[in-house]
Amino acid sequence: MDSESLHDLTAAYALQALDSAEERAYVEHLARCERCRLELAELSEAATALAYAVEAPDPPPALRERILAQARAERENVVPLRPRWAAPVAAAAAVAAAAAIGIGIWASSLSSRLDRTEAQQERTERVASILSTDDLASRRFTFDGGHGKLAVTPGGEAVLILNGLERTSSDRVYEAWVAEDGKPRPAGLFNGGKKVTAFPLELSVPDGAAVMVTEEKAGGTQVPSSAPLFRVQT
Amino acid sequence: MASRDLAHLSDEALVALIARSEETALAELYDRYGRTAYGLARRILRDEALAEDAVQEAFLAVWRSAAHFVPERGKASTWVLTLAHRRAVDLVRREDRRRTEPLGEAMDSTTETGADDSVWLRYERERVQKALKQLPDQQREALELAYYGGFTQAELAERLGQPIGTIKSRMFAGLGRLRELLGDPQTEDRTPWTANPYTT
Repeated sequence: MDSESLHDLTAAYALQALDSAEERAYVEHLARCERCRLELAELSEAATALAYAVEAPDPPPALRERILAQARAERENVVPLRPRWAAPVAAAAAVAAAAAIGIGIWASSLSSRLDRTEAQQERTERVASILSTDDLASRRFTFDGGHGKLAVTPGGEAVLILNGLERTSSDRVYEAWVAEDGKPRPAGLFNGGKKVTAFPLELSVPDGAAVMVTEEKAGGTQVPSSAPLFRVQT
Repeated sequence: MASRDLAHLSDEALVALIARSEETALAELYDRYGRTAYGLARRILRDEALAEDAVQEAFLAVWRSAAHFVPERGKASTWVLTLAHRRAVDLVRREDRRRTEPLGEAMDSTTETGADDSVWLRYERERVQKALKQLPDQQREALELAYYGGFTQAELAERLGQPIGTIKSRMFAGLGRLRELLGDPQTEDRTPWTANPYTT
């Protein structure tokens, strides 16, 4: 579907009148299109007004009690994180990643695109746990072909969220670096190629450090061998 | 914290508290929007038990993802009702409970109304209904079938015997016009109501 016809889907998306394939295409488009995000915010308000046009009887009181009881139960079970909670956490992470790059509230459908492999699951959980930390500091940046955000907890744990990063060829890999006093140290390898890549750094990011990503040969290196795709100063 | 102590907070402030697992804030948000969400879900699903499911799932989604709500991108009320609409539409499509005959006001006319209706909800309902009536028939039909009927644009095109481009244009024009008719929510028209909108 070309970009022009994707712009045309904003009203249908606001009314939730897309089928799932159209919706996926539109949500991906939304991540790249500021114009559609603005238009969607306006049309969503108008669509939601339709909710108020309906006669609204009081819901049964038991419904309120059920919702609150279930919320309470989830809170008690969710902390600390346990593997059996991985699926909801993974969904939360997808929403969080989307929110972090500015798709915001419209991204719940992204959760269906989650990678289910175990390593990915662990990484996703880590992303979720970092992004749900209070007082996250974040920096936006752009690179050739995309844009991203670096989110750092007060303790220095960090996630890189990259939007539009091309997949490396099979003999290459992206390597993240944390540089302090000009000395970069390797902080993990990843491949990109998804619309949104959320990568938890394997090193903590102290105040004043810089985060970079370079492209390296498969397996990574100890010292960057090429110019970084981007460099973010914290 | 008793739920009513939160009555003076904005919706967005409530969502921030919900993100900190403050259960009373969830209760307060439910007290503000649970009824509208339920009315909407019931209209879409035409089944009270399914409507309750949709509302429950929507508020639990609020509870789980409140930390990721971005106030700059829209109002909290829009977010909550979008989630409720989403769950109801998902359910109606899964259950395939959509009717083939035109969607009318049948459900509404059987609804008990009046005495316990909050002033604000009644005001808001009349305002939106009035705006809807001012839309050209074809635009109103497209909006209603999509939003309350749970039909996709492709299904609408088939059902109305129109090209999909026509359906898209009707939805776009209809929503745009509705937005104009409803005006900026900050206009003076609304001011007396937003000052304390939840008084019954």
